[in-house]
Amino acid sequence: MNAETPAVQLEGITKRFPGVVANHDICITVQPGTVHAIVGENGAGKSTLMKILYGMQKPDEGTIKVNGREVAFRTPSDAIDAGIGMVHQHFMLADNFTVLENIVLGAEPRKAGVMLDAGRARARINQLAESHGLRVDPDRLVEDLGVGDRQRVEILKVLYRGARILILDEPTAVLVPQEVEELFENLRELTAGGLTVIFISHKLDEVLSIADAITVIRRGTTVASVDPADVTARQLAELMVGSELPTPETRESTVTDTVALRVSHLTLEADGRALLDDVSFDIRKGEILGIAGVEGNGQSELIEAIMGMRPVSGAVELAEQDISAWSTLRRREAGIGYIPEDRHRQGLLLEASLWENRVLGHQTRRPSRSGIWINRRAARSDTQRIVDTYDVRTPGVDTLALALSGGNQQKLIVGREMSGEPKFLIAAHPTRGVDVGAQAAIWDHLREARAAGLAVLLISADLDELIGLSDTLQVIYRGRLVARLDPSDVTPERLGGYMTGAITGTKET
Amino acid sequence: MPAGLYRALLTVAGAIIAILVAIGISSVAIVAAGANPGDALAAFFDFGARESSVSNSIARMLNRAVPLFLAGLAVAVGFRMNLFNIGVEGQYRIAAVCAAYVGSTFVAPAPIQITVIIVVAAAVGGFYALIPAVMKVTRGVNEVISTIMLNYIAINLAAFLVRGPFAGERAKGQLTTTTPVLPESAWFPNMNWLLEAVGLPAPRGGGVWGFLLVAVVVGVALWVVLERTKFGFDVKASGLNPTAAFASGIGPKRMVISAMVLSGGIAGLIGLPEILGDQHAFGTNFTPGLGYLGIAVALLGRNSPWGIAVAALLFAFLDRAQGPLQFAEVPPSVITIMQGTIVLLVVIANEITSRIALRREERRAARELGKVSA
Repeated sequence: MNAETPAVQLEGITKRFPGVVANHDICITVQPGTVHAIVGENGAGKSTLMKILYGMQKPDEGTIKVNGREVAFRTPSDAIDAGIGMVHQHFMLADNFTVLENIVLGAEPRKAGVMLDAGRARARINQLAESHGLRVDPDRLVEDLGVGDRQRVEILKVLYRGARILILDEPTAVLVPQEVEELFENLRELTAGGLTVIFISHKLDEVLSIADAITVIRRGTTVASVDPADVTARQLAELMVGSELPTPETRESTVTDTVALRVSHLTLEADGRALLDDVSFDIRKGEILGIAGVEGNGQSELIEAIMGMRPVSGAVELAEQDISAWSTLRRREAGIGYIPEDRHRQGLLLEASLWENRVLGHQTRRPSRSGIWINRRAARSDTQRIVDTYDVRTPGVDTLALALSGGNQQKLIVGREMSGEPKFLIAAHPTRGVDVGAQAAIWDHLREARAAGLAVLLISADLDELIGLSDTLQVIYRGRLVARLDPSDVTPERLGGYMTGAITGTKET
Repeated sequence: MPAGLYRALLTVAGAIIAILVAIGISSVAIVAAGANPGDALAAFFDFGARESSVSNSIARMLNRAVPLFLAGLAVAVGFRMNLFNIGVEGQYRIAAVCAAYVGSTFVAPAPIQITVIIVVAAAVGGFYALIPAVMKVTRGVNEVISTIMLNYIAINLAAFLVRGPFAGERAKGQLTTTTPVLPESAWFPNMNWLLEAVGLPAPRGGGVWGFLLVAVVVGVALWVVLERTKFGFDVKASGLNPTAAFASGIGPKRMVISAMVLSGGIAGLIGLPEILGDQHAFGTNFTPGLGYLGIAVALLGRNSPWGIAVAALLFAFLDRAQGPLQFAEVPPSVITIMQGTIVLLVVIANEITSRIALRREERRAARELGKVSA
């Protein structure tokens, strides 16, 4: 196999990229017909590297060879022309289009110059699906598809454009274990058909089970190329981090008898579909309640209901006080903290300074406010406190939020939401897209706050995080809480079963 | 160099380059019109040979700048929240006719008389802006469309009021109709001393309108409100990231209403410099179009009160050259071409410079952190 021309060869790639870790001197050789995994913690520079390979960024130094030919991509369409396709972590599909329409979008076969030649498109898609074992119904609407099917559509979309080298960016992040298995079968069929897959991940077990070769990236450079047969997950992790891996485990229970937040019979319907269906639970002081579920099963709606951002029926009580009719502001003032699921959308003013971001959500409270004024000095010094306590790496509190890396942005948000002594905290994907160091720090802060009596609602797609941190686990499926599990004796696989509805609802304790 | 200073310098440099390019482009238009660009340029700086005409020219420029400044501020308040208050035009006209009429119905000591007129104008402007705001938050009506429609209503309503219910006596031989003339206590004292202080004679007519002072106060106050208060923070947050603002407890409906009303309130003042300083009534020849020009001024001034002041002065400087351009046999529509190209190019330059500034900020952070971790 080594005698063949490498499908992709990166040599000495260096990119001085602002804000995050730059790539320097990256060397990777990908053999054709293999699954080549690129692993590294978040923020190590994997995404930058892939953007370079996909023509979204230009390297400052170094060469890229595809099938032995040196290339210089200016735009993604150059990369597509060279046979490289990218399946993004966040799907880029139009929900109200069919599978077929999504696949051909932008590369439509035409009839008489203007009409979509659906027949030809369907034939081509069926042939591709057939030969690569990617089963999807071309006429279904994408909005009716599950996550796994959507991913297959994304892969087909790329194949349809003639890609022979596929880049998959964290493809398993949104999948439950069963779907991951399916994806891996698809990938094996793809490589059997001669295609090359570059698989980016930081989930080591998955990487070990699928990859034919592994390259480890740390701090922007390639630190090792290993054969998956020769390494254990532990060794890989140490290569990745350069030190020992943190674990999300919480040790002794700190759960008290005082109910901090009580949610009863929350129900929300939209277009005749129940987004939330009679959701009730209590969270006591010192307890972390984990909500597991495939994204889009009502988690966002639940958060919005508790935050008062969306009218629902049912009641929310904070410290035995009915807050159902309160505004978001009043709820925040009463001591609800919120680490949002998407920090760029809901948590930050990217084009404002760190101290202004510190004020956000606390604009009516000390120390940010005095009378009608924003107390700039106090806000600045309190931001400095957060920067110091939470180890936010920044040149200063006047730096714009967008200049920080994801992990540091998240630490700032955690610090902000923890200030002002919250009684209850919603932590939605608190460590999504942050590096291992920041992840450990955020877990520590959550644990400390829990020990100090904070009630936490933890929503996460990272099952290890859920199982490790939670005192109680509930599974949400199609807007209903379908199972109550004990995190000390549940496996990710069983959790996955509940999340997809494969196992249905016994309430355990 | 501190990031703030760097950004400011970059902005100024971008604006100057944009203006120079705009002059270049306008020169092409001037040549196409069969005139000499050099003559045109000279005309812009031709303030007259005699001291009295210099002083008239300066007064005309300042008097033009004041309403433009107010109009720019009014538009900018909305822009900061991504609200497009195109309705400044209607708001200031309806406010002007109402304030002029109310002011003419009573006589009080000057400070009270003038204050009442100002309050009425701001209230009417604010109320007229409340209509599209309420339509937006209750029914989701796009404010661009509703404010444009309301402009037609306001313009025609003002025209009706000045001829009908609010009409004063028409002097013999006058073709225009006006509201009743304001009592002298409502005549805003002029600021000719400003010119006299530098040794120029008092200009003709109304002189330098004293409302300039009020405009400066409004500008400074608005800056303080937007940059230093909780309300200003809410406006900024809503403009930068409405979803984050919402999640942080900043009610979008309340913000839309208050920003629109504030915008309309300032818009209400636009007509007052002319009414209080010169005409002493709202007439059928009342200056139109200031609201639309305000959009350009706000864009040019990047929604900041200081920038808007500079932009208003620049527009006024160009507008003043109407007469001299005609003497130089250059079509005065050159002014409009120049204003248009300047706005376009400055908007482009702003976009470029702000990107450069953001990039630099990111780099600087990355570099300083590199030092820390190394």
